[in-house]
Amino acid sequence: MIVVIAGWEVITYRVSQYMAAFLIMGGIVNGVFAALDAMLFYILFEAMLIPLFLIIGIWGGARRVYATIKFFLYTFFGSVFLLISLIYLYQLGGSFAVADLHKLPIEKTPQILIFLSFLLAFGVKVPMWPVHTWLPDAHVEAPTGGSVVLAAITLKVGGYAFLRFALPIVPDAAAQLDWLVILMSLTAVVYIGFVALVQQDMKKLVAYSSIAHMGFVTLAFFMVYSMATALKDPAAMGSAVLALQGGMVQMVSHGFISGAMFLCIGVLYDRMHTRDINAYGGVANRMPTFAALYVLFAMANTGLPGTSGFVGEFMVILASFRASPWIAFTAATTLIVGAAYTLWLVKRVLFGDVKNAEVAELHDIGRREFWMLSILAAAVLLLGLWPQPLTDVMEVSIENLLAHALQSKLCIGFAGGCL
Amino acid sequence: MEAIYLAIPLAPLFGAIAAGLFGKKIGRAGAHWVTILGVAVAFLLSVYVAYDVMGNGNTYNGTVYTWAMIADIRFEVGFMLDNLSTMMLLVVTFVSLMVHIYTVGYMAEDPGYQRFFSYISLFTFSMLMLVMSNNFLQLFFGWEAVGLVSYLLIGFWFKKETAIFANMKAFLVNRVGDFGFLLGIAAILMYCGTLDYVQTFSNMNGISGGGMPIISDIEWHVPTVIAILLFIGAMGKSAQVPLHVWLPDSMEGPTPISALIHAATMVTAGIFMVARMSPIFELSETALNFILIIGATTAFFMGLIGIVQNDIKRVVAYSTLSQLGYMTVALGASAYSAGVFHLMTHAFFKALLFLAAGSVIMAMHHEQDIRKMGGLKKYMPITYWTSLIGSLALIGFPGFSGFFSKDLIIEAVHESHLWASGYAYTLVLLGVFVTAFYSFRMFFLVFHGKERFDSHGHDDDGHGHDAHHGHGGKPHESPWVVTVPLMMLAIPSVLAGYLLDPMVVGDFFNKAIFVNDAAHNVERSFGTVLLHTGIEEISAGYHGVVGFILHGLMAPPFWLAMSGLGLAWYIYLKDDALARWAYDKFRWLHTLLDQKYYVDDFNQRVFAKGSIGIGNALWSVGERLMIDGFIVNGTAKAVGWFSGLARQVQTGYLYHYAFSMVAGILLMLTWFLFF
Repeated sequence: MIVVIAGWEVITYRVSQYMAAFLIMGGIVNGVFAALDAMLFYILFEAMLIPLFLIIGIWGGARRVYATIKFFLYTFFGSVFLLISLIYLYQLGGSFAVADLHKLPIEKTPQILIFLSFLLAFGVKVPMWPVHTWLPDAHVEAPTGGSVVLAAITLKVGGYAFLRFALPIVPDAAAQLDWLVILMSLTAVVYIGFVALVQQDMKKLVAYSSIAHMGFVTLAFFMVYSMATALKDPAAMGSAVLALQGGMVQMVSHGFISGAMFLCIGVLYDRMHTRDINAYGGVANRMPTFAALYVLFAMANTGLPGTSGFVGEFMVILASFRASPWIAFTAATTLIVGAAYTLWLVKRVLFGDVKNAEVAELHDIGRREFWMLSILAAAVLLLGLWPQPLTDVMEVSIENLLAHALQSKLCIGFAGGCL
Repeated sequence: MEAIYLAIPLAPLFGAIAAGLFGKKIGRAGAHWVTILGVAVAFLLSVYVAYDVMGNGNTYNGTVYTWAMIADIRFEVGFMLDNLSTMMLLVVTFVSLMVHIYTVGYMAEDPGYQRFFSYISLFTFSMLMLVMSNNFLQLFFGWEAVGLVSYLLIGFWFKKETAIFANMKAFLVNRVGDFGFLLGIAAILMYCGTLDYVQTFSNMNGISGGGMPIISDIEWHVPTVIAILLFIGAMGKSAQVPLHVWLPDSMEGPTPISALIHAATMVTAGIFMVARMSPIFELSETALNFILIIGATTAFFMGLIGIVQNDIKRVVAYSTLSQLGYMTVALGASAYSAGVFHLMTHAFFKALLFLAAGSVIMAMHHEQDIRKMGGLKKYMPITYWTSLIGSLALIGFPGFSGFFSKDLIIEAVHESHLWASGYAYTLVLLGVFVTAFYSFRMFFLVFHGKERFDSHGHDDDGHGHDAHHGHGGKPHESPWVVTVPLMMLAIPSVLAGYLLDPMVVGDFFNKAIFVNDAAHNVERSFGTVLLHTGIEEISAGYHGVVGFILHGLMAPPFWLAMSGLGLAWYIYLKDDALARWAYDKFRWLHTLLDQKYYVDDFNQRVFAKGSIGIGNALWSVGERLMIDGFIVNGTAKAVGWFSGLARQVQTGYLYHYAFSMVAGILLMLTWFLFF
């Protein structure tokens, strides 16, 4: 079910002539989400790199070679560990089917090793701090479409994989190392927020904001364990569900918003051929329609209620309070920092008097660009005003997942070893 | 009835969408008609609902739709209509309607006419959603949405550098408040398991004695933590020290919205919220003390700044800050009804004062410096008289609305038994003097005395607002779309005070504010003593409105107000030697006030520069040097270095290879022979 939601986002973005690569990409991504076999998943997980590699490498910007190699090696480095773990799991259980792996009893030490390799593989993909530095470079050098796909879809694979593999297959290790992931996620939220504040390149800024938002996702997924101590308590269970829902909604919503932000930057880049914030100023004077949409997406990026960005953040922060008020406190600082970097961007790019001759010659968005952005705007608003349909769809999968993720595996195969 | 409730917020929303998205098609007249109509419909329906709720007692609490339902937590959008929210409905829709009409005149020349109407209607919608809410989700939605519209409107003239700085500042400072507010909501969800008001209040009772482990084993009183977190939200929105810094700067926006958003309605959202949450706040004495201190500090010290301001709008803005402080003090003294009563009267007279200021600004061709005005009385009779009414109401002249509400607050603080009440009482009393002084300083400087303006237009603010009055003419009264709202607002500015009888002395708010009597168990004795002495003692000694006025004539606030007025009159109309003497003598004080206690500079240096500094440090050291430079590219370099070494071996010379083979064989032989 999650597959469908994340999958159809692809359709919206096929805007340019490198269609083939994008179609392959779309197909592979759909495959990744649909794969029920771990090996198939792995192959597609890797295959995803190829079209992106080509997209960035061929249609990218000036430093594209550096960016692609960095991007490729980085993610490939992570995935190798995934492969090792999967092979180990196969030797243990004799099956690559995800459903079998969920049931496979594993001892504690291998669980931890497997978990760490999963963390490395998926953490790079998400990307989590501190293995995120490939993303800003890849974004900056990628063409608009590439950035959109990268931000809106590829990143989601990492989050999805955490849910599909890490939590249910090695629950005990996840429970034991949750502090590590939570720490990494919170660092992502705060540290990356500050880094985003000082970026001079619009794409880099949005890329860093993506990392911060994905930090929320991983935070949500791993908070579940701090709540799990009181598993019998239905209220704690409610918070756990809330956290996972929040994380999922955040992924979907981030797909829309970051996609839209990158499209907006693309619109500007097509006209001005620069992404330097200082080259802009007063764009709203020349492009009122565009400015209105841009402000909408910026507000969604800061998590304003009524937009989809709010839903996930709100749910995660509400749920995190049960895990620890301090987690909630730290996560909530994004309200301030997130607003700071987004609004400062808006202020410097859109508002003010027309800054230079190039800005003065800008013309507003055309019909194609208008509809492209409007569809996303509608999705952002709809999800923000009425997330019920989405959360309903995910309800069952999440409860299933929780059942797996919170069930200690040490209980199944090993007598007396229960937590 | 549900359809009517729904129509109240949706009518302005419809207007906003029509004017915003189809502004070009429907034209300027179309835009103002559709939005005014939307707000008028909302106002009339509010009157009807108010009649139903207040008159027949048909309160309502129901769900409109379920936003999301996760596990067993319901997130809903719903309405709660009781005396408190219907009163807010009336105030919001009435002031909003007046401001819409006024805008037709004020913004007549502005190119962003339709956009402006769209924004203010959107604001009305958001504010209505906020006050009608029956749960925290929707409250937060309205809370942020009014913040958004405020952001858009302060930066309405987006070419103006100061305006776009002010709007970002406003949004960010509000975000600091929201940060606390959101955590408060999270705490409520955790401890009460619901976001619905009524359920929260009843569940809060059960946990009122509980502790919350914050730092390892130190337990904090749960309601105190929740109340203070929520109040931080209120501090942001209602501009209490130290989160007040955004409000004066918000005056960069057009005047009508200063009246609507930054005086009458949005900034009072925090007051409304605290009154609404009174069952929570009543559980925590600490929180109430905290509120008293913050409120009293705001009331007095912000009033002082008002004395040294020369921009007509900024004087009124600081006066708003100070009056919000009064409302907050009332909340802290548990005199919620007095606070809300002051909220209502203040909404009328402050909107009036702002719109009057706008009218003056129009007449002066967008000159806002009161030192360059004077003697406007004879040119602008309607503005003059309505301003006089507004000012008298503001300083609490007996018989005007502000008198009743402000006196109530002062009396309530006087009777309060909280330890902070002594501090608060002193400051609110002194605040009365300060209020009277700065109000009439401005009033006399603007309307009386010599004409200090030159008769040429001052178009120095350059936001496309070319003076259409023609240059070189004498200032003249504004058109009817401007003066009619002034007169309409002057009426409640006088008369609203006489609602004292039913609203405060009676049990008008009892249902709304003390929704759940059981929630007061813990501090019941305390809470009721307070209220009895605060409001009800006044009621006990209350012999009708006339008696209250007579009583007020003998009370210290009246004499303080009169002396403030008298001093202003003496200095600014008779002889300014005293002012010059004080200026010379206390120049440091003047500088301190003029620099707004250096709070802005502090924020700018520490928080703004600080975060950019942190960002730069993390970016250059953390990102580029450590992670990218050392770990990532370091790995690459290490690989490169190693392969460079390995490459040395691959020389391609046969004798090198032969030599290493021989050496290898010798090595292995040695190994096998001797070990």
